[in-house]
Order: sequence, then structure tokens, then C-alpha cells
Amino acid sequence: MTIIAENPIKSVAAPSQVQQKVIASLRKRHRKEKLFRSLGLSAVLISLALVALLFINIFAKGIPAFWQSAITLDIYFDPKIINVPQKPVQQADESDNDFRQRDLAWQNQVGFVNFNRLIADSLQKVLPDAAKHRRDLGRVVTSGERFALRDMVVADPSVIGQTHTLHLLTDANIDVWLKGNIDRSLPDNQQQLSPKMREWVQSLSEQGIIQNRFSLALFMNADSRSSLASAGLAGAFMGSFYMMLVVIVLAVPMGVAAAIYLEEFAPRNRLTDLVEVNINNLAAVPSIVFGLLGASVLIGWFNLPMSAPIVGGLVLSLMTLPTVIIATRSTLKAIPPSIRQAALGLGASKMQAIFHHVLPLAIPGILTGAILGVAQALGETAPLLLIGMKSFVASVPASPFDQATALPVQIYLWQGNELRNFFEARTSAAIIVLLMMMISLNGMAIWLRKKYEKRW
Amino acid sequence: MSNLSLIVVLLVLLALGYQFGTRRSRSIATVNPNLRMHSRPHHYGMMVGLWAVLPAFFILLLWLWLSPAVINAMMISALPTDISAQSTEQLRVVTQRINNLANNFGVVADAAPWELQAAEHFRQLKANSALVLTALIAVIAAVGMLFGLLKITPALKARHQVERVVKSLLVLCSTVAILTTIGIVLSMVGETLKFFSYIPPTEFFFGTTWNPRFSTVGVGEQGSFGLVPLLAGTMMISAIAMLVAIPLGLMVAVYLAEYAPYRLRNIAKPAIEVLAGIPTIVYGFFALVTVGPFLRDLGNTFGLTISATSALTAGVVMGIMIIPFISSLSDDIITQVPKTMRDGSLGLGATKSETIIKVVLPAALPGIVGAVLLAASRAIGETMIVVLAAGNSPALTANPFEAVSTVTVTIVNQLTGDNDFSSPQSLVAFALGLTLFVITLLLNVMALVIVRKYREQYE
Repeated sequence: MTIIAENPIKSVAAPSQVQQKVIASLRKRHRKEKLFRSLGLSAVLISLALVALLFINIFAKGIPAFWQSAITLDIYFDPKIINVPQKPVQQADESDNDFRQRDLAWQNQVGFVNFNRLIADSLQKVLPDAAKHRRDLGRVVTSGERFALRDMVVADPSVIGQTHTLHLLTDANIDVWLKGNIDRSLPDNQQQLSPKMREWVQSLSEQGIIQNRFSLALFMNADSRSSLASAGLAGAFMGSFYMMLVVIVLAVPMGVAAAIYLEEFAPRNRLTDLVEVNINNLAAVPSIVFGLLGASVLIGWFNLPMSAPIVGGLVLSLMTLPTVIIATRSTLKAIPPSIRQAALGLGASKMQAIFHHVLPLAIPGILTGAILGVAQALGETAPLLLIGMKSFVASVPASPFDQATALPVQIYLWQGNELRNFFEARTSAAIIVLLMMMISLNGMAIWLRKKYEKRW
Repeated sequence: MSNLSLIVVLLVLLALGYQFGTRRSRSIATVNPNLRMHSRPHHYGMMVGLWAVLPAFFILLLWLWLSPAVINAMMISALPTDISAQSTEQLRVVTQRINNLANNFGVVADAAPWELQAAEHFRQLKANSALVLTALIAVIAAVGMLFGLLKITPALKARHQVERVVKSLLVLCSTVAILTTIGIVLSMVGETLKFFSYIPPTEFFFGTTWNPRFSTVGVGEQGSFGLVPLLAGTMMISAIAMLVAIPLGLMVAVYLAEYAPYRLRNIAKPAIEVLAGIPTIVYGFFALVTVGPFLRDLGNTFGLTISATSALTAGVVMGIMIIPFISSLSDDIITQVPKTMRDGSLGLGATKSETIIKVVLPAALPGIVGAVLLAASRAIGETMIVVLAAGNSPALTANPFEAVSTVTVTIVNQLTGDNDFSSPQSLVAFALGLTLFVITLLLNVMALVIVRKYREQYE
């Protein structure tokens, strides 16, 4: 040790027995000090590495899923196949209702058209030997794309008879094969694609007909089981959106009101003590217990609909309420009493002092707490499973009373899908979307705090 | 939806009442310039608005609460006598069918003529009820607004009245938290008692096999509902999590509080706290696809059989999740230890690490214990990580390398999402939930008491 080496005692005379002992023990103690310090540093580094590992892992898995293999085809909307009458036009003497009926009947007819044949016909142009492999031919494009063609016809019937160049999503298994998410050296019986199909896919992707394109389906579509490649997050996103709406409308004002009462008005007695302990406890109750509350009280007693965002929102509101209350209370506590006293001294009532002077100063802090509470509610999964939100919903909910899932529940559902090598990436992509939303919420909270933070 | 539009109408009325009240108070003030109005104009406005809306809103709530039962009773009384004489259980089925018919939903089998008739009647009653409600609310709101307007005099203490209403609103909001707790306890105790009418409590608390079977199997095969294997799984996973999180979290807290330069602390502290904000489903997925296979391969190289989904996998990942809870709580507590204590120790010649180990940590111990208890309660109640990564095999085992099941996983499995809480198979979820609630409650209360006591000590 350098300190000991420079010790003047050493240069004057040989150290005595006691000094030797001290020097030895100092050496040992300093070594311990160094060890302890490096232990601490390594704990910090390990924790940071874990954060990094988690993010790198999820991003590495998920980012490829934002691009999905799509086939570029010239689709001829053959009038012989799309054999439907003219799209109805509203007559002058026709009521809206009658016209809607007629229009729906027409749309129904369009729905019966064999759009798969349109796809198969245009595939035959790029695949010369396709006629011999009809079964494989039907599996190149994912089955959900025929609805995209139908929607095109419904939206604009003039496409019939025209040829359009479209990018259609390929089957999920083709995506897996092209991205190398399956071992290509596996024997035929373990491959998800037939040998013919693999040959086709290889040549099509070499010709550039099958390419990786940014996957709009991931964002625009609801979940799907029949057409895995077009399964998307739109339904789950709207479900989460409605739930957050309920949380913002219910939990935030209620929490703020409760905090104002407890902090500013409530007398200090046993009862308010109990309320305080109760709120602190509620903040630490496992989230799944709130799910049980929702299942038995909201669904069992109040007969609210299963799997509806309104119920999910109510459960999450109850769960977030303590977070909002605690955050608001600590913000109110931090506002100096002089503000209140000044207002009261000028003749304001207590209510006026609080609502006109204290609350405006507390708003940044309250908003920060509210945003953090909403972020916590956004990521919560367990209570939603108990109120039926894990059921499969293939449509985008139109109101908070419709069946829906939520983003974290969609992640739960996708990770359990049997087509693992496709959905592992898609689940990670969904996680990235969720994390991005949470990071932006948290970032907003930090920005608010930084911008408006006041030291009194 | 019509209820929602009614509420919107009430909000509009509130604004209108506010306008009218403000105007009227101003005109009164100008008519009698030598009289001082007691309150500001907006107080009078608010009072009129509240008079218009609050009674109407109260009636609306009452109506929504009572009218379904009344309509149902009226509908049933109009049914043919041989049907209305049935037992309540059968009547419930009948009303459900009629309800579906009235809402144009499909029903099983063809509807009988009397059913269609009843459905039509039911629809009629509902329409009438909505009409009467709207009229009633209109009248009450109008009367209320008029009453409020007429009440305005210079001597009227409008501000006091408004403030009293606002205050009671605040009180109402702060009781929601208590009502939530009461709701949790009552609903769970109720369902748990129902469960105990099927399965005696001793069998539940001390049974060592968990095999609930399916509710469709029949009454003869009751299945066994033993809590012990689930609780053992929960405890094992939580223990592993704490083994990971306590050393790491504590060392992080010590380093950041005592050694780290200011800049490192500023970066590392929020970065580690990111871990606390990540949704647990993400940890579950991470455990399932990354940590599980990694641990299995690691076990293979050492000749151990570790299944990919095991208590170890779930525990390790849960430990990672808990690190920031322990580190930031302990950090707060360590920085609260008075500087004089450190100075005393350093002045006597102790090294920094000796000071930390022998002086700072013992002083901070109660707080740290509180933090650890809070973290433990979090670990016990954690659901998604264990649902995905613990393997869901409710066997009593002491081997952390095997799959286990926990209380929370079983709750998720047993409540499959139907609202029929009549079989012990689904009721057991509530008994498990209550057990979980009590355990975490005890841990939380203990932690809060300890932390609070400690705070007072140095403040």
C-alpha cells in the first residue's frame, strides 16, 4: 500500500512488533474496503446490465416483426368471378333505412365472391407450375387478405374489371421461413412448408416478388386466429385506450378530491389515521385481488358485461386510486403553508384558499402522479384476466361496453399461440409498442416535474 | 346510452343554472345598490346550478337502481298464471329468455307466442319507463332551478351552501378507498364462506394435494383442495426472488448512497428504477423465452436437470423485478441516517466500509427490514411472471429446479372468466385470494409500522 510505503517511521527504524501488527491489519482492512467497494460497484453494474439485457433482448426479438413478408401481385378483378349486380344507389323516394337494407344485402353478395380465386389466378402468372399444386397455391397468401380485396370492391365497385398491383401479406409460415426462424435443415416432415412451397418462396423472394415490407397489419388489424399473419394490435389498443379513459375520468378526479380532503380538511383523529393506513395498504394489495373484487362485485352483483373495457377500467381505477391519492397528498404537503395563510389573511374562505391558490400550484405534481398511475394501470394484466378479458376478440371495440382485450392481455394471449416461431417475434413487437407507450408516459411525467418543479 | 345522454343534459342544465343564477344575483345587486350581497355572483350561480342538478341526479340514480326490478315484476305479473307460478329459479330462466327476445338477441328454440307477447310488453314497459324518467327529471330540474333562483336574496349565504356541497363531495371521494377495502373483504369473505360449505376449512388449509378436477366431473368426485403445495410454491419462488434481490438491491443502495460520484448516481438511480416500471407480463415473457432456456442449458452443462419453466426461473426474474423496490427504499433510508453517526465512526479511525457495516446499516436496519417486507409482499402477490414461467404443476416439492404452482397462478386458472360462482372449483379462487390478501396485509402493516417508527426516530 502506498500510504504505508511512504510512512516516515519505516525509513527511520525497523517497525516494532506492534507497528508491524498495525500495518498488517491496516493492509487487511484496506483490502476489505476495496473489496466492499467493488462489490457495490459490481451490484450497480449487474443491475444496469440486467436492464440493458432485458431491453436488448426484447428489441432484438421484436423489431424484425415490424416488417413482414408480403407478395406483390397484379390482381385482376375479373368481372366473371366478381359476378355481382351494380352497387345500389339511393333512390329519391327511398327511405334511409330501406337503402341501408339494400346496401347491406349487396355487400352480403360481395362477401360470397370467391376472392381466393382472384389471388390464385394472379399467382399462376408468376408461378408457371402452379396448376399442379392447387393446395399449396391457396396457402401462399394469408387467408385474411381476401377480406382486404372484398373491402376494396365494397368501397369502390369500379375496380371490377381493372388490374391493381397490391402488396398482400404472405402466410405466417412463409414469413418464418424467409426470416430464418425455423431450422432450414430439418427434414421435410418437420417443416411447416411443403418442399414445393419452399421452392416457390425461394424463387419469388429472389425475383423480389416477395419482400419484407413494413407491417401495417400489426397496427391496423384486430387479433385473428384464422389468418395469423394479419393478427394485429388495433383491438387491444382500443381496449386499453377505453380503459385508460375510464381511469382518467374516474380515478384521477376522485383521487385528487380524496387527497384534498385528507390533507387539507380532515381533522386529525383515529378515523383519518385509519383511512391513511387503509390507503397505504390498498396501494400494496396484490393487483390480482382487485381482479377478484371486479369478478365478484362488478360482474357478479352489478351484472356488468364480461370482458368489457368499462369493467376493466373500473377495476384499474380502484387499483390506481391509492397511487393518485398518495402522489397528490405529498404534492399538497410540499406547498408551503404561507400560501394558505396569505389567502386566508386576505379574507378568502378555506375552500377558496385551496381551490384558487394551493391547487393551481400543485397541478404539475398532481399531473405527474396521475400520469404515473395511468402508466401503472396500462401495464397491468392479472386483474384483467379474471374479468374475462382474456377471451379472443376478433373485432375492434366500438365503445367501452363491447368485448375487448387490452395490450398486456394481448401479449399474454400471443405468447401462448402454438405457432411459436412466428408469434415470439410478434409478441416482442407488441411488448415494444407497450413499452414505448409507457416510456413516453413516464417521460412526460419526468418532463413535467423538471419543468415545473419549484423549490420553496 | 340514453342514460348517458341524460347525464349530458344534466351537465348542460348545470351550466344554464349557473348562468341564470349569476345574472339574477347581479340584477338584484343593481336593483338594491345600498344592500351588500353576501357572496360573489358565481356562488349564487353555482348554487342555482346545484339546485337544478343534484335532486334530479339523485332521482336518476334511484330510478336506475329500482326500475329494473319493478319492470321485471310488472312483466312477470302479466305472464300467464301457470308460468308466473313457477319457482324463482325457473322464472329467472324465463325472464332471461324474454329479455333476449326484447333486445332482438337470438334464443334457443322457437319462441312461444306468450313469450313474444311478454317481450313486446317488456319493451313497452321499458320505453314507458325511459319516457317517465325523462319527464320526471325535466320537471324536477326545472322546479329545482326555479327554487334556487327564487331563493337568491342579498342575505342568502350562497357561498357557505356551495362550499358545504363541495366538501361533502370531497368526503364522498375519500370514502371510496375505504369502501374498496370493505368491498374486497366482504366479497371475498362471502364467497370463501360459500366455498367452506363445500370443503371444510381444515381440508383447505392443511390438505397437501391440489387436484380440483373439473366442475363438470360430478359431485361424486369432489377433488382435493389442499392449500399447502400452492403456498409452498409461492414461498419457494418468493424466497428465491429475495435471495436475488436483497444482496443486489442492498449493495446497489449502499454504493449509490455512500460511494457513487454524483453523476453516476444521477444516471444509475433512474436507470435501475426503470425496472420497477416495466409491466410484469414483460418480465414473464422474458423469463419464458430467455431466462428459462438459459438456465436449462446452464444446468445441462453442470449435469443438472432444470426444467425451463421452474421455481428457479420465476424466482430469478422476480428477483430482478424487485431490485429497485429494495434499492430505492433502502437508499432513502440510508441517506436519512444522520451524518454525525458516520463522522463519529470515521473519526475513530474506521474505514468507510467498516462504518457502513457496523454503524450505518445497523442504524438503518429497521427501515431496511420494512423495505424487505414490502418487497416480499410484492413477490408473494406477483402473478404474471409465475403464470408464464413457474410451470403450473401443483406438486409439493422442495426442488427449485422443478415446475411448481402458486396461489396467484391457481386463482387465474380457477376463475376461467365465467360469472358462475357456484362450484367449489371457482369459489376456491376467492378462498385463495383471501389467504393472499391476509398474508400481504400482515406483511404490509408490519412494514408500515416499522418504517414509520424508524422515521420518527431520526426526524
